Amino acid sequence: MAVRKLAPEEIQPDSFTFSSENMAFVAQQIAKYPPGRQASAVIPLLWRAQEQAGGWLPRKAIEKVAELLDMPHIRVMEVATFYTMFNLEPVGKYFIQFCGTTPCALRGAGDIKKVLERRVGEQNHVSADGNFSWLEVECLGACCNAPMVQINDDYYEDLTTENFEKLLDDLAAGRPVKKGSQVGRRSSEPQGDVKTLTDPHLYDGSQVGAWRKRFEEEAASTASAGEAAAATASAPSTPKPAKPEAGRAIESEAADTPAKRAKEGEAPISQTERKEASDGKRATAVEARTEDAAKPAPQSDKSYVATPSKPSGGAPTPDAPSTPVAGTPPSDTPQRRDGSESKPDVTLDKSNKPS
Amino acid sequence: MAKIIVDGVEVDVPPEYTLLQAAEAAGAEIPRFCFHERLSIAGNCRMCLVEVKGAPKPVASCAWGVRDCRPGPNGEPPEISTKSPTVKKAREGVMEFLLINHPLDCPICDQGGQCDLQDQAMAYGVDTSRYHENKRAVPDKYLGPLIKTSMNRCIHCTRCVRFTTEVAGVSDLGAIWRGEDMEITSYLERALGSELQSNAADLCPVGALTHKPEAFHYRPWELTKTDSIDVMDAVGSSIRVDSRGREVMRILPRVNEAVNEEWITDKARHIVDGLRMQRLDRPFVRVNGQLRPASWQEAFGAIATKLKGTDPKRVGAVVGDLAAVEEIYALKLLMESLGVTNIDARQDGTVLSPTYGRGSYLFNTTIADIEDADAILIVGSNPRIEASLVNVRIRKRWRVAPPAIALIGEHVDLTYPYAYLGAGPETLTELLAGRHSFAEALKGAERPLIIVGQGALVRPDGLAVLSLAAQLAQSVGAVKEGWNGFSVLHTAASRVGALDLGFVPGAGGLTAAEMANGGVDVLFSLGADEIAVAPGTFVIYQGTHGDRGAHRADVILPAATYTEKSGTYVNTEGRVQLANRAAFAPGEAREDWAILRALSDVLGHRLPFDSLNALRAKLYEAYPHFADFDRIAPADVASAVQALAGLGGSAGREAFVSPIKDFYLTNPIARASGVMAECSALAQERRLVAAE
Repeated sequence: MAVRKLAPEEIQPDSFTFSSENMAFVAQQIAKYPPGRQASAVIPLLWRAQEQAGGWLPRKAIEKVAELLDMPHIRVMEVATFYTMFNLEPVGKYFIQFCGTTPCALRGAGDIKKVLERRVGEQNHVSADGNFSWLEVECLGACCNAPMVQINDDYYEDLTTENFEKLLDDLAAGRPVKKGSQVGRRSSEPQGDVKTLTDPHLYDGSQVGAWRKRFEEEAASTASAGEAAAATASAPSTPKPAKPEAGRAIESEAADTPAKRAKEGEAPISQTERKEASDGKRATAVEARTEDAAKPAPQSDKSYVATPSKPSGGAPTPDAPSTPVAGTPPSDTPQRRDGSESKPDVTLDKSNKPS
Repeated sequence: MAKIIVDGVEVDVPPEYTLLQAAEAAGAEIPRFCFHERLSIAGNCRMCLVEVKGAPKPVASCAWGVRDCRPGPNGEPPEISTKSPTVKKAREGVMEFLLINHPLDCPICDQGGQCDLQDQAMAYGVDTSRYHENKRAVPDKYLGPLIKTSMNRCIHCTRCVRFTTEVAGVSDLGAIWRGEDMEITSYLERALGSELQSNAADLCPVGALTHKPEAFHYRPWELTKTDSIDVMDAVGSSIRVDSRGREVMRILPRVNEAVNEEWITDKARHIVDGLRMQRLDRPFVRVNGQLRPASWQEAFGAIATKLKGTDPKRVGAVVGDLAAVEEIYALKLLMESLGVTNIDARQDGTVLSPTYGRGSYLFNTTIADIEDADAILIVGSNPRIEASLVNVRIRKRWRVAPPAIALIGEHVDLTYPYAYLGAGPETLTELLAGRHSFAEALKGAERPLIIVGQGALVRPDGLAVLSLAAQLAQSVGAVKEGWNGFSVLHTAASRVGALDLGFVPGAGGLTAAEMANGGVDVLFSLGADEIAVAPGTFVIYQGTHGDRGAHRADVILPAATYTEKSGTYVNTEGRVQLANRAAFAPGEAREDWAILRALSDVLGHRLPFDSLNALRAKLYEAYPHFADFDRIAPADVASAVQALAGLGGSAGREAFVSPIKDFYLTNPIARASGVMAECSALAQERRLVAAE
């Protein structure tokens, strides 16, 4: 981890106060927690303070957060220094977090780093014009589009020295830039040709139940009919039909991907898309989230625990006696699970006092 | 109780015990760095790994409960092993990791010889390093005048952070950055603001935090250890005085669950340099307004001459804060034989007196039983500076489950939240009349505790305030079968012993204040430095330091400090404790009882003992409870409170003010100490910053 330190005294601002809308945010965050537990809001508050202060945390901001949360200064300081997402020294207008972890490194992050070193300078230093500063960070989780950097809040992927230089030029000049992949592919779909899972038989349903058919053939070929017949008796007489809607993207004609286009002999990236990518008006517009917030988190349909009263696949069953919700302290579980349940003399003591 | 097998030994321990405690109960020793009995469990050093039968890998025994262990397949008790090869290998691995970044500077480290890491490396360390990279380097931190840091040595056990936060109650220390870059520091390296901070250096298992005033002065194996009692406040903390030759080198706490657990205040620890500085090492006599060195004979002669022509009614004796029971007794006998009734041991003017019974001036609840109180009212006291370890107990009680705590007096930071009721006696009156919400809390409490401090008692209406407090104690049922909730907090180590001896004005006698204001012609001051004597009085000062009392004196008799004599001290609870001699007094200075015995001979009223043992025999004959060391002679609290409650009187309106203005400079030894002066200046600065 890079060496970090508090900004020197001469560039620390004399005071820090949250703006009025941020104060509303602060009140909202504190209200999330029970009274007396307001310290739990320390990370959102520090984050908002960092946003307001221009991407870094001045000392006064740390003290202000401590004051708002009724925490000792050192406790807030501990949090602010622990997390690398808090910058303790000023950063450029565009703060570049450059990923130097293995996948990016294999895909040419070294060249990107050279660009940064040449154009911005050393790590953790703001460029002379105040526009840029950069920091090498660990994996940001966009390996499929490596190499990549994060600039302020957005990812910029599929970088090459050329498009990265252009990106920096555009940012410095205040021109709009495209977020995400810089070569025009959508999210993490394959770039160029599809090389795997290309056999059309995979998708026409002919493969479904093929193993069963093979077993049947093998069974039929063996002389002893009794056991083999019994083994195959449970198999349905006709294999299940293939499900066209099974969700394989490549099956759906609706999916218009570069991979498919390449397969069909077209250019993977169309001219219109290229134009779109360089169309700044469209690219920089921040789209509001339209996701339904009430949507439950995806849950696995599988359960390793036999729950006879399973009302719906995967949903937690509140009355299941043997599966406490993860994170429940042992003392709160309906049943002791510390091993003492098998001891005859131990009575169940909910208050957790020594028996 | 839960059964557990430790190394084949089956023990029965409470189920909430950790494996480490269970192992100790079974007699197995577990090495540890981060674990400490009196602090919360961190579980980050991993040195205490043990093997639990059935567990896939070694577990940290300090953080694993006995009740968390699975029984065997047939319901046998869980089994752990603390000596198996797996455990040894695991601990050796931990030790190797700890030593990766630990510098090899034991020869220049003050912790050498008393270092947990050193000791445990003997058992689990290897003699070579397999690490070829550079060691971590960490800048040293400034943490104030008492703690020296050498942060390269830090192994991140966080004991110091937990101590300051949990026990001392100041969130000053913290661990910033993370992983290998983690550093222990205070916010922006400010000096720690606790009167208990040196204990953090004691807790440090390595040499990262050491005591700054003692740095490079000694090696622990050179020192002679003497168990003794601290006299800096009336708590009477158990200490160990380590000396080399005739010099006291350091003072350490001793474990005493009933009094100080294992902490002592910075004042108790770091007045060591005060024991050397400004010492009176020969008698002095004032000739023509100038103090001139004299021989003992000349000094005694001057006293005898002066006393011969003085009416015993114009002679008085005052005892200071650091005197032991033996010399107070000798002085009392001497004054009795001279026919003097003007005797007083209360130089601060407190109204406490044996007249109302021993229960009227003791901390009857006892310090350990503070942990049982379920409502606490503090009247006219700032326990944090008057008796820091009493405050630690109250804080400990508060941490377990916050009881109702309220304070009448100065609104100060006690390190725990409390209800501030008011500043003076009228609040106490209101509380007594039930016109205060806290009255309900006190009444509803099963074991209410009322602590009356000297701030409420060292004032003209002190007796009326004491009576009010006693009435309140009666009305809330603080004194009953099995619970004594009426407690007086003292600030002077000598006070309770002197009151036990009845060293208060006899029939027609004058109080200390009256004597000091010209009530007597000859005043014998046994180390009374906190009282200003009016001009005109002939002052005989028997003491240890060239302090206020000596400056005013006409004859100075050099005496021994508490580390240079064997003396009995009675703490605020009434606990009789023996301080032992660790060194010898400098120059011609003598033990106090011997000076008084010699003086009595010159005065023609020879005291009836020739040795300390003879003195003690007579003392124990007259006051048997002084022979009962480390115990508290039972006092009749109910009748004492009854007597006090019956006094009545009208209390004034002035606010209670603690008599201790500066924690670090309360007595001549502390005022002679450079370390205490530095601490005092820092505390002054902090107060100014806080006032802004």
